[in-house]
Amino acid sequence: MKPETAKPETPSAVDISATLCGVRLPNPTVLTSGVLGLSHEIMVRVARAGAGGVTTKSCSLKPRPGYPNPTILDWGPGLINAVGLSNPGVEVMVEEIRAAKEELAPLGVPVIASIFAETIYDFGTVARFISEAQPDLIEVNISCPNIDDRYRQMFAANPYVAGQVTRRVKQNTDIPVLVKLSPNVTDVAQIARAVVEAGADGITAINSLGPGLILDIETCRPVLAHGTGGVSGPATRPIAVRCVRDICQAVDVPVVAVGGVTTGRDSVEMILVGATAVGIGSAVYYRGMAVFRQVCEELRDYMERHGYGALKEFRGRAAAIRF
Amino acid sequence: MTLPHTVRIREIRDETRTIRTFVLDAEVPEAEPGQFIMLWLPGVDEKPMSVACPTPLTLTVARVGPFTTALCERRVGDQVGWRGPYGRGFSLHKDQLALLVSGGCGVGPLYFLATQAVTRGIPTTVALGARTALDLPYVEQFRALGVDLILATDDGSLGYKGPVTDAILQSAICNSQSAIYACGPEPMLVAVHRLCRERAIPGQLSLERYMKCGFGICGQCAMDGYLVCQDGPVFDVEQLDGLRDFGRAQRSATGRRLPIR
Repeated sequence: MKPETAKPETPSAVDISATLCGVRLPNPTVLTSGVLGLSHEIMVRVARAGAGGVTTKSCSLKPRPGYPNPTILDWGPGLINAVGLSNPGVEVMVEEIRAAKEELAPLGVPVIASIFAETIYDFGTVARFISEAQPDLIEVNISCPNIDDRYRQMFAANPYVAGQVTRRVKQNTDIPVLVKLSPNVTDVAQIARAVVEAGADGITAINSLGPGLILDIETCRPVLAHGTGGVSGPATRPIAVRCVRDICQAVDVPVVAVGGVTTGRDSVEMILVGATAVGIGSAVYYRGMAVFRQVCEELRDYMERHGYGALKEFRGRAAAIRF
Repeated sequence: MTLPHTVRIREIRDETRTIRTFVLDAEVPEAEPGQFIMLWLPGVDEKPMSVACPTPLTLTVARVGPFTTALCERRVGDQVGWRGPYGRGFSLHKDQLALLVSGGCGVGPLYFLATQAVTRGIPTTVALGARTALDLPYVEQFRALGVDLILATDDGSLGYKGPVTDAILQSAICNSQSAIYACGPEPMLVAVHRLCRERAIPGQLSLERYMKCGFGICGQCAMDGYLVCQDGPVFDVEQLDGLRDFGRAQRSATGRRLPIR
């Protein structure tokens, strides 16, 4: 039905599979939360287009309509968004994840369920609910920059709070837990240590940057309805690479590196600083759903040129280099 | 870069009691019939709107909800923003007669398509449906284009009494020598879809869904495996065969699937 029908993998001596908290990914590219992860049909389409894993849109206990439009805009060097964590609620997402799992299991593509809550307590409740769908991994979004005044302090901004959320989620599920961190902190390594000490099985980094602000200079208003919004895309990549490096040096758990990855070259950079997998989000805008297959092909080219047979042969190689 | 371009409203025309046309101080020569732009009312919201004319950018809008009501309160000289064009539009079959079927505010993109069909010398019939004679938009504009017109009203106050999809059945061109291009309420599109499949008529239907980004990354407009913003809004009838959501469900702002009508 779709143009992106699965092509048979071209035989290659290069193995780009990855293992994330015991879960096998056929390749290290993962659809990032917040992009296309609302319905199982589209997640299946993304997997068929070449993603090695798919992450759902963050869901909360109750449905959230999010903010009015404009919610997502291209500002040139990247995107800016203030969607406001709109989601149909955990009950609906349980069904979407079940349906996605059923279709993705034969492809060997795992499903990562992203969850969000307004209180530390509710994080545990959402984790328990979502576990009914048996996602392969749970990603805990404690780092959305588009939060109401009530939660102006992100959970990810404070090591103690980040640890408490992690602990609460871990108490409510047996599924491996990734905690998604924010770049908008002074010392991301400190937060990483806190969530790992609290039991996180892995880390996803980074969430979008900011919030940022873009004005429409004709009307003197912010272009986003919410005013400020999280900045993502190529402009944020150098910050993401530095955060992933800081985290990989601080803790010994797998990291899903997210932030502006658009090409195979970008994925190599993330793996060199220690990433196990790479998230792809905004790049779907720049290169379409084909971006997953393209990044994998470009990654393979790099590995062939350098004589690498597997990702582990160069993972973290740059970590040994003194900056 | 696709930040909204802020421009002024150059002209406003009333088409019917509830349908109004806005001409903006903007040109989108690359827009194709059936493509849409995201129209921003600062401080209100931003919604997809089909292009009724690309130069100058013209939108024909029915007052149906808070956004379109706010738009209808705008005056000449007021500022609005737009970005686009987005999506897949209509593509005319050059060897088929063109039968354009419009319900309500679906008329805008079909007027754009009719101008293109006439320019290319494709014999064109436009079928317009509305509740009453007072609700039929663009009748004079289509007459001026020189296309054949089929009019249908629910109350019979003008033209055929009944749905426009019944009116075209009576027409001699409703056969496989023609191609149907339709835009309007989804129940009408479901009827057109059935007709096209029963009579082996090639068809293209323009659909509408709640959208956020408009450029294929938020997933909010997902309809089965399609993204309406990018794979559509215009679909070939074959693409709509057997879909769970076509004619039945659309997503709300939360992403929940809600029944249509």
